[in-house]
Amino acid sequence: MAGTGEGKKEEADYKRLHSFPLIRHTDMPEEMRVETMELCVTACEKFATNNESAAKMIKESMDKKFGSSWHVVIGEGFGFEVTHEVKNLLYMFFGGSLAVCVWKCS
Amino acid sequence: MPLTNSNRKASNVQKLPGLKSTKAASKKKDEEEGVDAGDVLDEWSHGKALIKPTDQLELTDAELKEEITRILTANNPHAPQNIVRYSFKERSYKLTSAVDQLAVHFVLEGGLLHQDSDEAQRLRAKDSLPEETTTVDTGAEVEEEKPETPATPVDDGGEAEEDRPDSVASKTNKKEPKLTNQFNFSERASQTLNNPLRERSCQTEPPPRNNFSATANQWEIYDAYVHELQKQEKNKEKQKSALSKKDEKSKKKMMLMETQGDDITKVGKAAKIFERMVNQNTLDDIAQDFKYFEDASDEFRDQEGTLLTLWKFQYDKAKRMTVTALCWNMKHQDLFAVGMGSYDFSKQGCGMLVFYSLKNSAFPEYLYPTSSGVLCLDIHEQHSYLVAAGFYDGCVAVYNLKEEGLEPVYKSTAKTGKHTDPVWQVRWQNDDMDNNHNFYSVSSDGRIVSWTLVKNELVFTDIITLILNGTVSEGPDGVQQPSIACGTSFDFHKQIDYLFLVGTEEGKIHKCSKNYSSQFLETYNAHSMAVDAVKWNHFHPQVFISCSSDWTVKIWDHTINSPMFIFDLNAVVGDVSWSPYSSTVFAAVTRDGTVHVFDLNINKYEAICQQQVVSKKKTRLTHIEFNPIYPIIIVGNDRGSVTSFKLSPNLRRTPKAKKGQELPKGPEVEIAKMEKLLSLLREPEPSTV
Repeated sequence: MAGTGEGKKEEADYKRLHSFPLIRHTDMPEEMRVETMELCVTACEKFATNNESAAKMIKESMDKKFGSSWHVVIGEGFGFEVTHEVKNLLYMFFGGSLAVCVWKCS
Repeated sequence: MPLTNSNRKASNVQKLPGLKSTKAASKKKDEEEGVDAGDVLDEWSHGKALIKPTDQLELTDAELKEEITRILTANNPHAPQNIVRYSFKERSYKLTSAVDQLAVHFVLEGGLLHQDSDEAQRLRAKDSLPEETTTVDTGAEVEEEKPETPATPVDDGGEAEEDRPDSVASKTNKKEPKLTNQFNFSERASQTLNNPLRERSCQTEPPPRNNFSATANQWEIYDAYVHELQKQEKNKEKQKSALSKKDEKSKKKMMLMETQGDDITKVGKAAKIFERMVNQNTLDDIAQDFKYFEDASDEFRDQEGTLLTLWKFQYDKAKRMTVTALCWNMKHQDLFAVGMGSYDFSKQGCGMLVFYSLKNSAFPEYLYPTSSGVLCLDIHEQHSYLVAAGFYDGCVAVYNLKEEGLEPVYKSTAKTGKHTDPVWQVRWQNDDMDNNHNFYSVSSDGRIVSWTLVKNELVFTDIITLILNGTVSEGPDGVQQPSIACGTSFDFHKQIDYLFLVGTEEGKIHKCSKNYSSQFLETYNAHSMAVDAVKWNHFHPQVFISCSSDWTVKIWDHTINSPMFIFDLNAVVGDVSWSPYSSTVFAAVTRDGTVHVFDLNINKYEAICQQQVVSKKKTRLTHIEFNPIYPIIIVGNDRGSVTSFKLSPNLRRTPKAKKGQELPKGPEVEIAKMEKLLSLLREPEPSTV
């Protein structure tokens, strides 16, 4: 019982500590980066259970804000190799288990 | 069937006249006579040929005579009876009663023409056929009949007949241009030149692209977060340790920053320092000269010295004004004030009060534009931020350099005893018994006024009114008024507080006391023209100097009524000034642009330096002033610029110290030096008298 309790506690700790957005790789300018990151956080929080909707929301917002042809991938595990326009890529982790990759390529 | 039969009959009737009668036709005629009885019919239908369809029923006469009754109604048996339409009005499907009952079984357009109609006429003209043929129907029906009727040869003949008129018509065609030749026509067309087409295209560089690849899975994400958290913790520890170290320093810095304020003044100060640095760099040679240059050639000259030009101070907006006053600041010896205005009665306008520092000759340190020309100014000796100024319009004002704003802190008005004529000189006095600052002013209106700064107003006291001795002018209403002398300059005795001298426009110098407002202690008939300046010697208490527009500079002992020395400088003398380092040295500027420096100890008759510093024609020198400690003089001219000069060693020579003998220094020596000179002059005087 104690072990499982501890495990739960650890998990909660992990969730709490690792809830912040962590940018793994980006070449965006400062302002754009902050905006995109906030957008991703908002979308992932809004559609916590539906990655597809979150990705759709991010893509549509990015299209509006920074011009068309944005692509978004959200998931817990995936590999990718993409071609993106320079200064238009953001790869971040969020919520301890999600990876979000946003890039532009028209 | 009967309907169609009758139709056919009708069409046959029409064709009859064009055909020749046959026997077969006559048989049919007999049959039909039974149906359509009538003599008239009989008459013309004898050549008729009935056409009978092959599948026609053969009926007996009895059958034929049988009457079959049939009622024809207007209803179409094939029309639908149950058409339903949606009615928007009643919002439901409704049976429509109106059904179209019309059914068309056969339509044939007739080809008949009335023989009098235009069309028939035309046809006739074209074909030029005899009138009998005009009723010929369309060719198609004629041909239909051909195989059955034996009249075909006749028809052929008709056709041949038709050909002939055709050829006739072709002859007649020449007369009728309406009908064109259908076979001999030429088509004409032309094409314009097509503009040559040119292809042009360009391509932009595609935006630069990059490839990026990564793999995201749970353990990678977890590792990244753990790594990041560790990093953050480390940073925090570092910051904490750094903070504790820097805490005190940063606090101090913060305090400093706060006290300095965050507005533009901070930048202003830095900019000021920078400006000075730049000027010091660009004018480095002048600064070096100022500090170190000593004219080596002086050693080979016996007595004469030279002036070395240093900085030139000029301000664009004051270019057209005359320098009317110069005054060094006693506390900050690199700072001096310049009064700008005009001496020309007809060219009065704005004035300006400008403060320059030797450290920055490019731009004034302070700047006060005034509505009237400045004629004189004086900086308070102890409180060097207080500056008194006198204006052409008779006002006096006090400026405070510490306060911001361009307006004076005190200014006299018509109510508070303003002068009615230009104020020619102002001079600060020691504070009075109540520790109020006060200064004196002299003006052309003959009054000498003491001004006291009390809290926020300027209180005036008339000290003396200059009266011309012996002359009396008549006022407008016959009252006799003593005519007034115009004061142009004055100076206060360095030691005797109440004693002062006043120079007038009439050329007289009065020795006055602050205590007697009605009379003069002494009057010297000094000059034949206006006295421009009168100044006590810095060291000797009895000696003063005066200069005038009558080209002369005179040195006086105030106890003696006649001048001790007279120097004629061959030009209007604008200003004269005693040197602060020697009792026997003074300098004067003349209007022809020359600076004269005298040392009575060296030469009692001639100047030891006469140097023209500006071009004679264009510029006039107006004022001169010695720096209180440095061996330099500043000279103002009527073009708004001030030039500084360094005095060469000969001009500030002190007796050479011999070995083992310490030369006494101080004011006593200077007094003795002057006294020695005076005694030389005094002695022969009684003998002559």
